[in-house]
Amino acid sequence: MQHLILLPLILPLLAGLLMLLPPIGTSRIRQRNFALLLSGVTVLISAVLLKQAQQGLVEVYALGDWAAPFGIVLVADRLSTLLLLLTSVLAFCSLLYTFGPREEEGSFFQPLLQFQILGINGAFLTGDLFNLFVFFEILLIASYGLLMFGGGKTRTRAGLHYVILNLAGSAIFLFALGILYGTLGTLNIADLALKVQLLDPRDAPLVQAGGLMLLIVFGLKAAMLPLQFWLPAAYAASTPAVAALFAIMTKVGIYAILRVFTMIFGEAAGTLSHIAGPWLWPLALMTILIGAIGTLAAQDLRRLIANLIIVSVGSLLAVIALQRETATAAALYYLLHSTLISAGLFLLADLIARQRGKVRDRLVSARGVGQDRLLGSLFFIGAIAVIGMPPLSGFIGKVLMLNAASSVQEMSWLWPLLLGSSLVALIALSRAGSTLFWNLAGSPAETERAHPVQLLAVVLLLAMPLLLSIFAAPVTQLTAATAQQLHDVHGQIGSVLLPLAQLEVK
Amino acid sequence: MEALYAACVGVLTASGVFLLLRGRTFPVVVGLTLLSYGVNLFLFASGRLSVGGAAVLGTSSDHSDPLPQALVLTAIVIGFAMTAFVVILAMRARGDLGNDHVDGRVPVIDADSEERT
Repeated sequence: MQHLILLPLILPLLAGLLMLLPPIGTSRIRQRNFALLLSGVTVLISAVLLKQAQQGLVEVYALGDWAAPFGIVLVADRLSTLLLLLTSVLAFCSLLYTFGPREEEGSFFQPLLQFQILGINGAFLTGDLFNLFVFFEILLIASYGLLMFGGGKTRTRAGLHYVILNLAGSAIFLFALGILYGTLGTLNIADLALKVQLLDPRDAPLVQAGGLMLLIVFGLKAAMLPLQFWLPAAYAASTPAVAALFAIMTKVGIYAILRVFTMIFGEAAGTLSHIAGPWLWPLALMTILIGAIGTLAAQDLRRLIANLIIVSVGSLLAVIALQRETATAAALYYLLHSTLISAGLFLLADLIARQRGKVRDRLVSARGVGQDRLLGSLFFIGAIAVIGMPPLSGFIGKVLMLNAASSVQEMSWLWPLLLGSSLVALIALSRAGSTLFWNLAGSPAETERAHPVQLLAVVLLLAMPLLLSIFAAPVTQLTAATAQQLHDVHGQIGSVLLPLAQLEVK
Repeated sequence: MEALYAACVGVLTASGVFLLLRGRTFPVVVGLTLLSYGVNLFLFASGRLSVGGAAVLGTSSDHSDPLPQALVLTAIVIGFAMTAFVVILAMRARGDLGNDHVDGRVPVIDADSEERT
């Protein structure tokens, strides 16, 4: 059981390699079945890990049995395992969607998807900043490949921007790591948190520069305001299963911000505590605004959903910028909701686009959708969830986030923007829905019906907001416990570095 | 030595950033390469610069920090792979989009000035 934490990394790595070799590699159907089987197993493993982490212990796995600050450790606390479960559920649904008719899929698609999952899982589990960089690169290089699957002008153009931006981001990440290692002498997250408290005041500005450079990199991944322009084009250009999986990618950036700026530069960091707040708060609020403007301007459904992701990123970062335990708990609940629902909407947008003939998902008057009742109802459910109307989990998440703002000043900025962005989403989605389903021209198109397995993937993802809202009490307790553990910096440092202390006593 | 080294990193990074902001893919790729050289040198220096430091503990009182070397090695490998990828991507974009501008289309002003030169 002790080695269970390693499986979310080993399984996709080995699976990705096995899928390139015969007998699995010779048939796409075998690749797909194998991937789905493995993904199901990963969901179970993540659930077990989450259950273990709920006992409140931080599980530390020292790779090669080198103790914490010297070797690389994997850390499975409540936050990591929660996001691990989210990733595996999302990956399962995305894989399910590839079972439908998909003309653009080649034999490297499934292995790349596995490497992408490896990178995401690794980023959530690692307890070392340089290792985080390595896993970022793994998930990025897989995403470069996945983004451009199928080829075409729009994909190449979006891909070129995405790749160049992320390569520049990686360079900044390495600069930041160099500064932090040069001043603090370690890259282990728990050890960094400890060393920051004992920092020589003369080195403080340098460490602050390093820390804020990390904010730039994570902001690029999370699509924070000046660094969000790549997102709509990239997400709208990729194939649907990839777009659905990419819904977790911005959350990797948010996770990294949460981890680094709560643990290393959190309450306990002395002169450097809360260095991200003054930057994060205005930028996040402006991200909500620009996302809302983008939703109104979107000319097709997928771009609209991509802009809704930017709005959700802005809301999450604004609440995280408050850097309080209740705020983090609220953000975590909304994070679960927004990841699942935006993935579901991306898949649904593809189902709708297939039945509209040449216009695809552009918001123009066209021939009607073949299965308009079924897809229309699904669109209605998804829209209600993503806007944040009762009874689905978007509403609960938004109420929790509104509650998290306590002082008048915080409320006067957060409330209008959060509520205003919901109103804008309501307008944009009503307009999109009525154009797609009611603004018809000519006779209904003779189109194939939606593939049942693809439909199942969409229904599964759209059912999640319902589940999150029915089981809101246990889920909010879980996120509250997660936030409490994350903000308990000394407890985290103790559990990661304690094995070494015991070793020295011996 | 420190001043020379720092100037080296600074010039590499500044040139890299300048080229990165150009409009054509080739200078951008070269810029990314220069930037990664600058980064690698910088990472190397994060273990402090010393001459004649021993590589193995215990052989001398003056030993060098092995960790930045390991970090640089990893960064070089990753940077190399990424450069290879972005070169292929740039060529693909040249083929797909018909020009080598990063936005996929040459701005009108840019085309005029090139005709004149």
